[in-house]
Amino acid sequence: MTQTATLAAPEIIRPGPRPATPISEAIVEVISDSGEGAQRCGQSLGAIAARMGNGIWTTEIIPAEIQPPARSVAGASGIRIRIGSGHVTNGGDQTELVVAFNEQVLLGRVRAGELKPGAKVLLECMWKTHRDPAVVVSYMKTVEALLSDGFEVYEIPMEERCRELVADPRKGKNMFVLGILCNVYGLDDELAREQIARIFGKKEAKVIASNIGLYEAGAAWAEANLDFKYRIPAQKSTVPQIVVNGNTALALGVMASGMDICAMYPITPATSASHYLSEAFEKIGGLVHQAEDEIAACAFAVGASYAGKCAVTITSGPGYSLKQEVIGLAVMAEIPLVVVNVQRGGPSTGQPTKVEQGDALSAIFGSHGDAPKVVMAPNSIEDCFYSVITARKIAETFGMVVVVLSDASLSTAQQPFPRPEFSESWLAPPVDLTPVPPRTLAYDWDAVTGLSRRIQPGRPGGMHTVTGLAHDRASKVAYDPAINEEGLRARSLKLAALQKTLKAPTVFGGESGDMLLIGWGSTMGAIEESVTRLRAEGLAVSSMHLRFLQPMPSGIREILARFRYAMTIEGNWSDKPGDELIDEDNRRYSALAMLLRARFLVDIDCWSQARGQPIKPGDICRATREALKRRGVQS
Amino acid sequence: MSKSLSSCVIKLHQEHHALEDYQGGVPRWCNGCGDNAILAAMQRLCADENLAPEGTVFVSGIGCSSRLPHYMKTYGFHSLHGRAFPVAEGIKMARPELNVFVSTGDGDCCSIGAGHWIHALRYNMNITVLLHDNHVYGLTKKQASPTSPRGFRSNTTPYGATLEPMNPLTVSLGVQGASFIAQAVDWIPEVLYDILRAAHRHRGFSFVRILQRCPEFMPKAFDPWLHDPQRTQLLTHRDGLQLSAAIASAYRNQREHDPANIDRAREIASLDDPIPVGILYRNPDAPCYEDLRHAGQLRAPADIRAGLEREFDKYTVWPEGHAEA
Repeated sequence: MTQTATLAAPEIIRPGPRPATPISEAIVEVISDSGEGAQRCGQSLGAIAARMGNGIWTTEIIPAEIQPPARSVAGASGIRIRIGSGHVTNGGDQTELVVAFNEQVLLGRVRAGELKPGAKVLLECMWKTHRDPAVVVSYMKTVEALLSDGFEVYEIPMEERCRELVADPRKGKNMFVLGILCNVYGLDDELAREQIARIFGKKEAKVIASNIGLYEAGAAWAEANLDFKYRIPAQKSTVPQIVVNGNTALALGVMASGMDICAMYPITPATSASHYLSEAFEKIGGLVHQAEDEIAACAFAVGASYAGKCAVTITSGPGYSLKQEVIGLAVMAEIPLVVVNVQRGGPSTGQPTKVEQGDALSAIFGSHGDAPKVVMAPNSIEDCFYSVITARKIAETFGMVVVVLSDASLSTAQQPFPRPEFSESWLAPPVDLTPVPPRTLAYDWDAVTGLSRRIQPGRPGGMHTVTGLAHDRASKVAYDPAINEEGLRARSLKLAALQKTLKAPTVFGGESGDMLLIGWGSTMGAIEESVTRLRAEGLAVSSMHLRFLQPMPSGIREILARFRYAMTIEGNWSDKPGDELIDEDNRRYSALAMLLRARFLVDIDCWSQARGQPIKPGDICRATREALKRRGVQS
Repeated sequence: MSKSLSSCVIKLHQEHHALEDYQGGVPRWCNGCGDNAILAAMQRLCADENLAPEGTVFVSGIGCSSRLPHYMKTYGFHSLHGRAFPVAEGIKMARPELNVFVSTGDGDCCSIGAGHWIHALRYNMNITVLLHDNHVYGLTKKQASPTSPRGFRSNTTPYGATLEPMNPLTVSLGVQGASFIAQAVDWIPEVLYDILRAAHRHRGFSFVRILQRCPEFMPKAFDPWLHDPQRTQLLTHRDGLQLSAAIASAYRNQREHDPANIDRAREIASLDDPIPVGILYRNPDAPCYEDLRHAGQLRAPADIRAGLEREFDKYTVWPEGHAEA
């Protein structure tokens, strides 16, 4: 054990209480082994800050396994919480303060460059006296390395203090840490106690009391032992706000849209939306059907939509691939359907718990033949809610499939948004059962819009057989060349009819300039934050974010014309121009860049990352500066 | 709340219907195809049971069998290969008051749709299923199906099918939740009709395997059974099939079988010569998935609003001075 003695990090003693330093924002992480409750701790911290009026964004760090080995780099489970004085739209760049339950789970974050140089590290110190010498050595070496790398390490006797209060400290540490963090950031104790009561609300009073005890012990320990304290001024909203993650927002959107049936099959990272619906939706008479597979889930939703109100199926990439044939059937038979795809890393099983924007093209072009469908991408937690309502309405009005592309980043991120005010106009009308006038055709395609009325079972006089085969206006199977093109034309025209109703996108930043960044989906917050920073540096950079990928609204061409250069920012793969074999004849562009280049004949560049992590504003800033520099533009 | 609005509305329109009311387009099946017998039995059943054409949906997958909805003058959904079951389940869940039938073939049900078939039995929704089993893929021109006899020469098995055929009856009877399993043959139309009627009247997932001739690709497959009535065994019971005098004298190989006896049903199901015809198993008490899930509830906007507001309340941060509910 002499080695440990020589390794022993300098005894870290820091003085106690101190005045609170005002800061405009903080990025905090809590990292633990799976099952130690770091995420619950972080979500609570975010919720308390939100209740105080701070802007927040939480990003979960999820291992792929349910019970990964303890004290392992790959097993790190945790959460990042960004707390700001104003509205927060993304997880930010690097963490300034991290609480780690052991040094191994911390290492992964350090190696990934997620920690800011000089960041404060609050580390559980029970490992220093662990009975396994290897653990002690590992701990000591890590602390030494962290110190020599310039991190400020604070050793915290979490287990020791918690054991004084509860029998199983492993289950209570997270609330102790919540106490520390609330003290450090000057969050309201009373709100914290309420939050704890809320999360343990279903359990007995003594469980709540015990967790509040742990919280108070953590706060007291921080007050006595830490030499820093912050205050993030908050401005309480004047309107009620709700704090939920993207999947809950999607699920609330399903409820608010008046849909009756959600058919699904379990798949990460989409399933939590269905978990939530299984409870909340069913209380109001909705139904979640867990089908035997993804294909059946989609077919069940199509059957339900055909006979009743528009239904929804919720999935992620692999499930989305499996549903393709049924989606094509809904397109062909013009049955409304909402398909939510919470994208994850691909191809194949890919990275189930990690974010990627890899499914835009399969959403637009998927299913064989010409299968026009609407594809929209929510760009914030709030948008997850409203997108489903919009999607249902479009699906039913146009008799189309509407794909909603969320992703793993939005799925678990929390962000407050104004509490929606329910409107009955969100709901679908009841199924029409009135008799159909004589000689009405099943597909009475309008010559201009391609639209036809929907005749559902139960309507006397409307009997016909819908089919996935080519069919005429009476829904009779037909292989006549002209009839085939008539159907294709009608189904395609519906997209144009919808397109005419879409609003032109807005530009964030200046109305014209040197560089227009273009994004879609979950990256909006990070892109707009980058634009703000770059403009502060004097660069004429703006951004445009597309909510509809198919059809695209009018007005994009005019916006592109006002900028010298344009570049998409996407969370998917694109070939890097620096690679030896890559040139303009073979470079594979990112999805949106490919779509825009094809439609507008403009030389739009792309910058993309597919690292499984949300794209950081700092990375976008760097990429944009470099792109401008290459073109001779500098601040 | 428990009674659906649409079922009330449908009742208002109820009237008497004749056979022509169910006859859609002219069938394009081959002459001598067993599908014609199944169609005729179904049209007669709809008329006799006076099913409202607008309240009846025939769902099918893909294959010769799956053309059937086009020849009915009811609502129809000709869906995808293998996917008729989940489509029919969605329809039934959204609108439990509709009469839902599924037409499927041995390829559609027992091969590409086998996963859905097993689970459809388990869900036990109130749907009547006609498995048109001719032991061959017809629409794609003669390939071996899962029920083709071993040695069957087809375009994909030129040296004879290598595997033992699957028995859809024993498979179905092995699934927990199965509530009605029967077998019929296209060449005894009267019995086919009786079995389909019993299937329709059963509340639950009624699975009827219909052995069916394919004159084009399996012309003589069932000849030995057609020529020798002794090789067809009719299952009779006071709770099952009751035979007319004519049938009883033509088909003398009869066996008393109580459809409540699942063990005996499994024994009978595993016989292929003589071919058992009749109701093998029926459990009228098996719960239907749509009932367990309270399908077809009326949902008033006020209920949706109230439920949504309750959920919002859980996640709301109220502005300063607001008295939290």
